[in-house]
Amino acid sequence: MSFLEYTQKTTPSGLSKILHLNWALIILLTSVCCIGFLMLYSVAGGSMSPWASTQMERFALGFVVMIIVAVVPIWFWRNVSAVAYIISILLLIGVELFGVTQMGAQRWIDLGFMRLQPSELTKITLVMVLAAYYDWLDSRLKSHPGFVAIPVGLILLPVGLTFIQPDLGTALLMLMGGAGVMFLAGVHWIYFAAVITSGVGLVGAVLYSEGRSWQLLQEYQYDRIAIFLNPTSDPLGEGYQITQSQIALGSGGWTGRGFMQGTQSQLNFLPEKHTDFIFTTLAEEFGFLGAASLLVLYLLILLFCVVTAVRTKDRYASLVTLGVAFTFFLYFAINMAMVMGLAPVVGVPLPLVSYGGSVMLVLLAAFGLVQSAHIHRPR
Amino acid sequence: MKRSEKEAEESARKVTRRAMILGGTMLATGGILAARMRYLQVERASDFRLLAEDNRIGIEHLQPPRGLIFDRMGRILADNEQNYAVVMKREDTDDLDGVLERLSRLINIDMDELAEAREAILARYPHVKVTVADRLSWEEFSAVAVNAPSLPGITPEVSLSRIYPLGADFVHVVGYVGPVSDYYLETTGDTDPILQTPGFQVGRYAVEAGLEQDLRGEAGTLWVEKNSLGRVMRELDRQDPTPGQDLQLTIDAGLQNYAQVRMAGESASAIVMDVETGDLVALASSPSYDPNLFVRGISQADYTTLLEDEFRPLASKTVQGLYPPGSTFKMMTALAALEAGVIEPDETITCNGFVELGTRRFHCWRRGGHGRMNLEDSLSQSCDVFYYDISQRVGIEGIAAMSHKFGLGERHELPLSGIASGLIPTREWKRANRNEDWLIGDTLNVSIGQGFVLASPMQLAVMTSRIATGRAVEPRLVRSLNGRVERPAPAEPLDVNPEHLEMIRRGMWSVSNARRGTAYGSRVADEELQIAGKTGTSQVRNITAAERATGVTRNEDLPWDRRDHALFVGYAPADNPRYAVSVVVEHGGGGSTAAAPIARDLLLRALHGEVPPLSSYPINQRRAIEERHDNMELIPISPTGTDENGSIQA
Repeated sequence: MSFLEYTQKTTPSGLSKILHLNWALIILLTSVCCIGFLMLYSVAGGSMSPWASTQMERFALGFVVMIIVAVVPIWFWRNVSAVAYIISILLLIGVELFGVTQMGAQRWIDLGFMRLQPSELTKITLVMVLAAYYDWLDSRLKSHPGFVAIPVGLILLPVGLTFIQPDLGTALLMLMGGAGVMFLAGVHWIYFAAVITSGVGLVGAVLYSEGRSWQLLQEYQYDRIAIFLNPTSDPLGEGYQITQSQIALGSGGWTGRGFMQGTQSQLNFLPEKHTDFIFTTLAEEFGFLGAASLLVLYLLILLFCVVTAVRTKDRYASLVTLGVAFTFFLYFAINMAMVMGLAPVVGVPLPLVSYGGSVMLVLLAAFGLVQSAHIHRPR
Repeated sequence: MKRSEKEAEESARKVTRRAMILGGTMLATGGILAARMRYLQVERASDFRLLAEDNRIGIEHLQPPRGLIFDRMGRILADNEQNYAVVMKREDTDDLDGVLERLSRLINIDMDELAEAREAILARYPHVKVTVADRLSWEEFSAVAVNAPSLPGITPEVSLSRIYPLGADFVHVVGYVGPVSDYYLETTGDTDPILQTPGFQVGRYAVEAGLEQDLRGEAGTLWVEKNSLGRVMRELDRQDPTPGQDLQLTIDAGLQNYAQVRMAGESASAIVMDVETGDLVALASSPSYDPNLFVRGISQADYTTLLEDEFRPLASKTVQGLYPPGSTFKMMTALAALEAGVIEPDETITCNGFVELGTRRFHCWRRGGHGRMNLEDSLSQSCDVFYYDISQRVGIEGIAAMSHKFGLGERHELPLSGIASGLIPTREWKRANRNEDWLIGDTLNVSIGQGFVLASPMQLAVMTSRIATGRAVEPRLVRSLNGRVERPAPAEPLDVNPEHLEMIRRGMWSVSNARRGTAYGSRVADEELQIAGKTGTSQVRNITAAERATGVTRNEDLPWDRRDHALFVGYAPADNPRYAVSVVVEHGGGGSTAAAPIARDLLLRALHGEVPPLSSYPINQRRAIEERHDNMELIPISPTGTDENGSIQA
């Protein structure tokens, strides 16, 4: 792992920064994106339009953004973290007011050249602001209740705004991503234990209350839970997506049906086959080997981030890198779990593979932060 | 806030430790995801692959065209016609009500039907086609087709539906088809998947029902790729349906029509049967009704009218009607006595008008009696006392055995609905069903076809054919299936002394040709075509002593449904039998006046192959016959479509 060796004694400057990018990480990210292009080409029935070509343009844009973010020193990003956070909160509020309604939820702001999903942007700016907060905070105070309340507020504000869009998946992802940064910063584990315990207790109470006089949720919400637990009980209704995606996955076998041969996805059995359920197409067409390869690529990306974080002495850089990695992890873990029937269906895309401009741009920019942390690490 | 070196290091260590915990968690999660992948994609791969195939390939059934039904001359009795329908798929429109509203202005559909169709559409999945209206005229159909752009979701479709061009004349033979009901599925246990396709019709009555399996054909299969909502994406392969087999009946449409028209206004039935082959050339039941009503779905009002009609148009009386055969049964009693050797061929018995049995008197229909009667006279003049006498000698068992030998009390298998078996009573039967002992009086009643004995017109026709030929002729309704003419083997000779049969035939000849014969009025003038027959007048009630006292014994004085049934059985030509006939006119009065004339017309019509010439009738009757023929509204039936063998030409 020679590329992990740090021989340079001083921080590079100017164009030489390009040479000191973590090129292995870039290759990994590009590989994942290329898998995405292939799958989008396949689900369009062997056509670049409507998805693959657009996704490539966005990748090109995102790639440039990533390089720009990477060459800007990491301390600049730390200094603008709070501003970025405030801007994204304003955009989230703006979505409430001027947003475009799509698929029953207000998620987009039309910027003219592209439609921006502020909730995606917020996932990263939230990580940035929390990392900056803990960089600023005296580490002895980090478990003080008052200083725990501040980041909790910083997290719950965008989570609340996203939740009312409504976009449960993104809200959950933000919540977990923010909590992850707090955990990494070293907030006392008793807080997490308390939150997890009360969460489990709440879920238990909700399930227990079904059919009782104090029932906590509506009937249809219980139906959804029941369908998640047993998707085949309603194969043409709510359980349809889960059942169909499992059939697609399962029929892939070891090596898959071959590129463009996935009958499930080619025949439009799958809804949202180009977005949240694109993993099924990959799994069907390239089998267990293909699906596992993607998982390995994702885990390698995480590995590079963790190594970068651990090697840097800069606290902000370290927290932001790990926060980005954890957010990235949450994306693919929730998406895969959902598609494979391990988690309820919530709208979370497969990162860098699913069709979607905002996620692509935001994630590449976030990996720009990781690269910046890598290049501008203290020597 | 400035941090000390130590604090920074401590903090970095903490981040590192937590990073390792988080990294471990992420790796473990990755492991779980990989394990799940392996489970779904490797361990359960074959299950899911099957499910995926199922998803991908849908099988649609293609309806086979139903076999056509022809008469013995190749004239079509049941045809398939184009049915123009409009079907609706809800998913193709956002404005269901608007589309239906626009559609209702193009086709003739009333508000109730429209509301019904709307409900049916909303009850189904959006992609399922639902029939909105069918049996549209070509004008309506093309109006819908032309306006298709303004009717999203509406498709005009053409399918095949049954039509019976000769309508009411054949409903009691051909029957009709109807939609597949739950009741049908339950009672038949038929599991053919084609039954599940919308709009499929199955035979519900008579030949259509009896030969359903031959007529239906086999469904074709269309393999289509569909998505799992069942929406067809494209056609992969198709196997065309096998059409049902074309069926040729033994019926002669011309004769059938003649018989139906001849009996119009009566509650009656008539059978004309080929005595050699058993071919049923006419099988008429009156009144009748239009089977096309049932194919299209009969209205409740029409159905109630049919159901409540006291002439029972819905009944096919030829096989379902059971009547006391009356004097037409006397041939059985006589043959039983002759075969048992209990009477001499030339024996005479004196009829005084009644027989006394204990305290009971059994009357002859002729109050004053017939005087000395031999066998021939007893048939010809239908003396009852003669049979009261000989039946006491032969006994009920002998009579019953002879009856079964001639097909009475036997169910003749035909592809018709509700075939009745009739009843030939015996001691055991009475003991089992009435819990009473057999009385001699019962035998006397049976000897003249009264009492418990019941027979259908079909059984009487079979009996007559067997008397005419001396062979165990069986009735036959199917002449050919898919062009293969089935030629039945000649029937086995009956185990009856031919001399005895000849005596019976002579008696039957006298009935129609001797001056004192009961059917002399319905004789045939043409000596080549003389009829041998037997009249029957069967009581549907007992004449009470009070009625006898007041003299109310005349049929015309009674309400219709209490009058006697009129029967006639016979065959012609008497010396070279070709056709047997049986006619029952319900509550028609006397067999000689109500049934015999019909039987003569049918036999002559069958023998001539056309409306019989007046020269066949006695001179003094010709004017009345001519007038009747002029008033008969016969359907002109097109010339035949058969080759010299009588097979249908393609």
